[in-house]
Amino acid sequence: MRYAADDLPLAEGQFAFTLPIRHLAKDAKQRMSERTIRGKTAVAGVGETTYYKHGQSPDNEFVLVLKAILAACEDAGISPDEIDGFASYSNDRNEPTRIAAALGIKELKYSNMNWGGGGGGVAAAVGNASAAVACGYADCVVAFRGLAQGQFRRFGQSAPDPHVSGDAAYMSPYGIMSPLQKYAMRAMRFMHEYDVDHSVLRSISMASYTHAQNNPRAVMYNRPLSDEKYDDSRWIVEPCRLFDCCQENDGAAACIIVSAEKARDLKQKPAFILGAAQGSDHRCGAPVMNASNFPSSSFATLAPRLYEMARVSPDEVNVVQSYENFTIGVMMAVVEHGFCAPEECNEFFQLENLIAPSGKMPLNTSGGNLAECYMHGLGLQIEAVRQIRGDSVNQVPGADVAINIAGPMVHHVSSIIMGSEATL
Amino acid sequence: MSESYLPKGMPIPVPQGDGLDKSYWEATRHGELVVQKCSDCDTWQWGPEWVCHNCRSFNMTWKQIEPSGRIYSWERPWHPVHPALKDQGPYLVVLVELPQAGNVRMIGNLLGDPHQDVVIGSKVEAVFEPHDDAEPPYTLVQWRLAAK
Repeated sequence: MRYAADDLPLAEGQFAFTLPIRHLAKDAKQRMSERTIRGKTAVAGVGETTYYKHGQSPDNEFVLVLKAILAACEDAGISPDEIDGFASYSNDRNEPTRIAAALGIKELKYSNMNWGGGGGGVAAAVGNASAAVACGYADCVVAFRGLAQGQFRRFGQSAPDPHVSGDAAYMSPYGIMSPLQKYAMRAMRFMHEYDVDHSVLRSISMASYTHAQNNPRAVMYNRPLSDEKYDDSRWIVEPCRLFDCCQENDGAAACIIVSAEKARDLKQKPAFILGAAQGSDHRCGAPVMNASNFPSSSFATLAPRLYEMARVSPDEVNVVQSYENFTIGVMMAVVEHGFCAPEECNEFFQLENLIAPSGKMPLNTSGGNLAECYMHGLGLQIEAVRQIRGDSVNQVPGADVAINIAGPMVHHVSSIIMGSEATL
Repeated sequence: MSESYLPKGMPIPVPQGDGLDKSYWEATRHGELVVQKCSDCDTWQWGPEWVCHNCRSFNMTWKQIEPSGRIYSWERPWHPVHPALKDQGPYLVVLVELPQAGNVRMIGNLLGDPHQDVVIGSKVEAVFEPHDDAEPPYTLVQWRLAAK
């Protein structure tokens, strides 16, 4: 029997192509709400390799990816045979066809690469995997990231080309080459407009390092940071000091996304996807720093879309994972996701507000990119899942809603909201 | 070769292979600052693109403008990420907005003491910095605080 979208059986002689007409009869808001992934999929398994300092992995990047995927399967309680799709971002070097062949995947049904550098695509990868499952392209999709910067060129180092053209021609000759050099300009303007203190950046860094001291997976485990150590650290690019910058690491991480129904049958408590959004606002990628909304982390128009799909408001979010390429990005991203007004940064970003279990807005509870591992944010996705499951090393009691904000300040960013069964 | 703000060995800018920004780099060699303007809707545009972002016309022209502006944002890099900057120490980069050209923004170094306090909103004027010995030769547009 054929079914229409609202699950009413079609009458004899009624054709499926009448469906769009039935949809048009409904109001726009209702139609929009039908185009959602809310509650349709869940993260059922997570896995990561040991996290290494840059250059210290005994395994090559491809092996790291395979190990992370197999660990996620183990965590979910599924056989790797069940995987039928892959999603990644930031031009990951490990192609799904090679992974599928290596692991003997029976049938590859979906692969997806989100454009854009850095970690702006990490939540999008999980979102794209969810969309594929929700729409029936595939049943069990892995969102993954492998990163062995010891084996390949390091981020933050300029390419050795003697000649530059395009956007780089207007930046590199003036000494603007690394990601931080490109983004510090945004933050300086933001901090000027809203009179933000440097203590805001220090609190964000301290939150990650504080949480990492309870996380044996963290590269900065047993390596605490203090206010004094932060203040004494060298400038990298003003307004950022050394401890405002992410680490460089080797490792891999993976999440397994399946339908909500299937997730309920597996061994872990599902982290349901409530909403996912990606993109950026007007002319965000305009060359030579000519974005219309410049003092921004690129989420200004994305965040409202995300909350609308998730049917969640910022005050209902229990725990925040916000990608720290640099603390300046976290500052603007938290503002753009509605957790505080830009004028309130100095009061809001106090360390006690950012620490689990009792802070107003527990932030980066695994230690994040700064202190757990710079796995391009996939570690933060895993941490959001652990919070929903209730087994984080810095658990926020009763966390039902977790937000994950990816790769602030790049030109294509993404965010995702996960929730427990109680939120559906 | 005249003195430059940053050391020798920095990346050499060359026009895009498709010719999009050839006019800009040629103009700087003559000590002139040009930006794109749409012939159809008069929208100023920077950086260069083949089409007007406002009216989608392909009739973009190059207009010479007064080489002055005001500091919109700034940063002071300390950590060198390029071999030529290894012994440089801190340097200043400013993002300058140009009110006479629709507030488009340009990047350059702020000449003078690299440790100076920078005030957003300060008026600046362009200084053309030729690199005649480079292959190919080019001229950078730098900025200095305007005389009061």
